[in-house]
Amino acid sequence: MKFAIQVNEGPYQHQAADSAYQFTKAALEAGHEIMRIFFYHDGVNNGTNLTTPPQDDRNIVNRWSELGKQYDLDMVVCVAAAQRRGIVDEGEMQRNGKDAQNIADGFRISGLGQLIEAGIQSERLVVFGD
Amino acid sequence: MATLHTVNKSPFEKSSLDSCLAYVKDGGSVLMYEDAIYGAIKGTAYAEKVAAKGNVNFFVLGADLKARGVSEDKVIDGIEIVDYAKFVALAAENDNVQAWV
Repeated sequence: MKFAIQVNEGPYQHQAADSAYQFTKAALEAGHEIMRIFFYHDGVNNGTNLTTPPQDDRNIVNRWSELGKQYDLDMVVCVAAAQRRGIVDEGEMQRNGKDAQNIADGFRISGLGQLIEAGIQSERLVVFGD
Repeated sequence: MATLHTVNKSPFEKSSLDSCLAYVKDGGSVLMYEDAIYGAIKGTAYAEKVAAKGNVNFFVLGADLKARGVSEDKVIDGIEIVDYAKFVALAAENDNVQAWV
């Protein structure tokens, strides 16, 4: 089955980033397709490569990047939510005159249309977060 | 059209489980996970509300019970304890997934 995932909550906030990851992993391991993961609201903070959690803690951002690489996942960060929270890729850095970028491996910044499209093209949209 | 309703907040903190229980139809399913597992424990004010929904399938995520130190024998009779694989299967089996966040 074709799933899409929406994550509305940042890492280390409550539990949604963990639940979404565990659900996504279980779905992939069961042979389902994850056609897109859309990070919205504070969920965009799942896509910053500047986090450095203690070594004995799970690294939520790296864990997404690794899963994304393993399964070639489309992990999309909402552009408007990202701009508010300082999640920046090369294009946004140049467009907004910033001197740095921090988008984590495997993530891309795009618009809300990507969420709508995911809702239409997937068979199930599963939402995690506050 | 069967719907899987997911609830992730404690009913003692937010009203999302109440809202869910007001909307869920006979034959529908409710999965309690994260802090919502507190709604699946015997002897609370919510145990009766859950029991009153006799034609609804209730599930609770075992990993989130364990993470909170709640043993499985404290779960209301009739609520099935599931893992993430079963969570995925429930999402696939039902026609829709409605998150009560």
